[in-house]
Amino acid sequence: MKQKHQNPNTNPTTSSGVTTDMRVIVPLQGLVQGGGSGLVLGSIIPCALFYFFQLYFKSKNPTTPPPSPSSQQPPDITPPPAGGLERVQSIRSIWSPRGTNGQAQVSSRASLVIKQPDSPYYVGLEKALVDPYHGLRNPDGIIQLGLDENKLSLDLVEDWIMTHTKCSTICQELQVNGITNYHPYDGISDLKMAVAGFMSQVTEGRVLFDPSNIILTSGVSPAIEMLVFCLSDIGNAFLVPSPYSPDLDRDIKWRAGVEIIPVPCRSSDNFTLSTTSLNRAYNQAKKRGLKVQGVIISNPSNPVGNSLTRETLYDLLDFATEKNLHVIANEALAGPTNDKNLEFVSLAEIINSQDSEEYDRKRVHIIYGLSKDVSLPGFEVGAVYSFNQTVLNASKKLLRFSSVSSLSQRLLVSMFNDSRFVGDFIKINRERVERMSDLFVGGLKNLGINCMKTSHGTYCWADMSAFIRPYSEKGELELWEKLLNVVKVNATPGSCCHCIEPGWFRFCFTGLTESEIPVVLERIGKVL
Amino acid sequence: MAIEIVQPSVGLSKIAVSQTHGENSPYFSGWKAYDENPYHEIDNPSGVIQMGLAENQVSFDLLEEYLETNLESANWGQKVSGFRENALFQDYHGLQSFRKAMASFMEQVRGGKAKFNPDRVVLTAGATAANELLTFILADPGDALMVPTPYYPGFDRDLRWRTGVQIVPIHCDSSNGFQITPEALEAAYDHATSMNIKVKGVLITNPSNPLGATVQRKVLEELLEFVTRKNIHLVSDEIYSGSAFCADEFVSIAEVLESRNYKDAERCHIVYSLSKDLGLPGFRIGTVYSYNDQVVTTARRMSSFTLISSQTQFLLASMLSDTDFTQKYIKINRERLKKRYEMIINGLQKAGIECLKGNAGLFCWMNLSPYLEEPTIKSELAIWNTIMHEVRLNISPGSSCHCSEPGWFRVCFANMSEARYASLVSAMIINIIKFSIFLAIIF
Repeated sequence: MKQKHQNPNTNPTTSSGVTTDMRVIVPLQGLVQGGGSGLVLGSIIPCALFYFFQLYFKSKNPTTPPPSPSSQQPPDITPPPAGGLERVQSIRSIWSPRGTNGQAQVSSRASLVIKQPDSPYYVGLEKALVDPYHGLRNPDGIIQLGLDENKLSLDLVEDWIMTHTKCSTICQELQVNGITNYHPYDGISDLKMAVAGFMSQVTEGRVLFDPSNIILTSGVSPAIEMLVFCLSDIGNAFLVPSPYSPDLDRDIKWRAGVEIIPVPCRSSDNFTLSTTSLNRAYNQAKKRGLKVQGVIISNPSNPVGNSLTRETLYDLLDFATEKNLHVIANEALAGPTNDKNLEFVSLAEIINSQDSEEYDRKRVHIIYGLSKDVSLPGFEVGAVYSFNQTVLNASKKLLRFSSVSSLSQRLLVSMFNDSRFVGDFIKINRERVERMSDLFVGGLKNLGINCMKTSHGTYCWADMSAFIRPYSEKGELELWEKLLNVVKVNATPGSCCHCIEPGWFRFCFTGLTESEIPVVLERIGKVL
Repeated sequence: MAIEIVQPSVGLSKIAVSQTHGENSPYFSGWKAYDENPYHEIDNPSGVIQMGLAENQVSFDLLEEYLETNLESANWGQKVSGFRENALFQDYHGLQSFRKAMASFMEQVRGGKAKFNPDRVVLTAGATAANELLTFILADPGDALMVPTPYYPGFDRDLRWRTGVQIVPIHCDSSNGFQITPEALEAAYDHATSMNIKVKGVLITNPSNPLGATVQRKVLEELLEFVTRKNIHLVSDEIYSGSAFCADEFVSIAEVLESRNYKDAERCHIVYSLSKDLGLPGFRIGTVYSYNDQVVTTARRMSSFTLISSQTQFLLASMLSDTDFTQKYIKINRERLKKRYEMIINGLQKAGIECLKGNAGLFCWMNLSPYLEEPTIKSELAIWNTIMHEVRLNISPGSSCHCSEPGWFRVCFANMSEARYASLVSAMIINIIKFSIFLAIIF
């Protein structure tokens, strides 16, 4: 793996003001008190400048009349970004149309966000946040199964941080990096290298990731949003296999103003993505006059949990090539699994492999996150891996809006460099997740609820269609509401994930402890 | 012979290929010149001296001292009960103790003259993100924000790039120290209206970058009256509030609102960050503070795209809540900035170079217009080029700040520590003298 040493000085896109030589640790005692020398210098500057300017401008021009303050010119309006104005009409279709009055109101984009509370996904999340279950302190609270977060191995991270970070580390970080300058917005090279190494581990060494093709953002959502901004204009569209994660509606539509065209997948073929349905969705988009810029997949799929097969990935790339589209692969949930039947194949592997000359690398962009696999919620780090130099360059500039704190980056670098810890962590975390998965999914089975066979992610996709009446979205939402308000369990209904078959629910179980599983199962059993 | 079918290369967005990021302006190319050839007293004495970066390193020692004495006893990372809930959670509401600490710090910076409610603090990864976020919330693509000139060059990017919103400049000039006048406000608004552009708000920076001066109370009141009359928003970017040399001279919009019992407050929003006042740009800590509930809710949800890591929040919460430390820091920081400012200003004055009378910030606004060949941007850039390449000094030309009068330059004096300030300044002088001698020889 080639190590591209990122010297901040030679990178023209950074504004870092310090060379590696200048990273001198300023000794406290060495501070100049500022008195005498300052005054002397304070009078030399003016003389020198005076001399310089008189000489320079005498040579240029005998007399220069003092410029008068310019009279009030008509203000020139900084021209809008290309294509800004003519797009105004098309964006109205994405955000709710606004009345002509009330200018101190918020924008159409904001209105979309304010309407969000109507969605069951967010209603459930908010309620569970306000009244969270706790075995001792709040046993009647809401058990949160709607938040895709892995808390099973927090103790390992906690222990590591407590033993490895001391004041001196932080001080050194501040001296050397935190204070003296802004960092390259796209992440420090040490962390990029560590992330590249980690991503290689996830693919079990089959792919070597080049750190110079990586940019780091403050999470997976900003990564997705940023790519969408780079790859499409307002009013364009992306094809997204459904069911998909409810967060995607936010990430793509809210600020970027891009449409999602769902590509429905069905349980009859295990929610597999097919070229037929891709083509159908693409044609539908065309009929509506929407320009499709790409396809966004998640692999493993969220919420279904299955990994895309090699064949599916090849079909997808064929489709993308034929229609000249981008492919964004959200592989943030990827992780090694013990089950050989559910092998995870990264899109990077396909692109890198021998027969990939037919696929243009510049259309593939992979997202990876650290909050799921390495169970580091709170660190807020997402990574984008792309072969497209223009996208990388634009992204680096866009990252000023969502960059990772230097403190977190340094902590993560130290953590990743402790390869023994990382190896142990992955192994133990995987075991714990698989155990929870077996317990939870097994428990649901005993209740008569079957789940999709998954690659042991942090959630399961459960078929509760037998328990909804009527067999429709209405019936599904009634069950969701009973779960939330009657037995106090927050799960994500399939309609929030745009699943065309009613009755499916996503349960995230890695926020639970083992002892809480029987409690949850008992509660769920009550509403069936 | 096979027919070669050429696949069209896959397209990118206008945003990806546009120049709206503005990084080709002289403001940024000065930085590039510095990056490529940075001055170092030993290793590269002929390099470019950086006085174009508005950063604050004058009080770094105070931070260091605080951390050394307090961190061990605060047992960061060893608070077992607090750690799991605090350092490893993810939620766009942010750590409550940190929001309280930010609100408290903002109050102290304003000398207690305004109160801040932690529930109205929305956290973002830096002020850059905060400004963009507010723009997304207040304006639709094609709408406009009015911004007084000269303004921070980064706004062209932060307010316009992804948002699709335009900037309508409010022209200010040196006849009244570049203060905003009601006439200038009306002229800008009318001009926008005549071009069928909807103005959604006014965005000011107080204290101003690049002027290095606070906005007068009277002007703030006029602004409030204007935005109320036009039924638009007012955003006050107050990231330099802790850098006002004299606490009394800085008036925040929060104070004005409080004195009016918060009448019309729901159209006002404040942006703040720790990057300038505390000199912690790397930590990416910014905030949107809004008096409008809808804006707070929306901003909070949209902050999912720009979260501050919880470890950073956790670390800083205790520091910012330590009022003994923060009060001492704010006071000393102001004094040091004032001293540096006076040093440069007095010296320049003696040489007959005028600067705008400033009272805040990390820079001074220098007037070289008497030395322009002609009062044009071209001449200004010619001088700037010379200063950059011959005198080896990176300062920012007023034209990149959209100043309507050519010949003004922003000179930053806080981006080097105390120890290095003296040596950098002497190097600057040597460069100037050398260049002058060179000129003398050839002429």
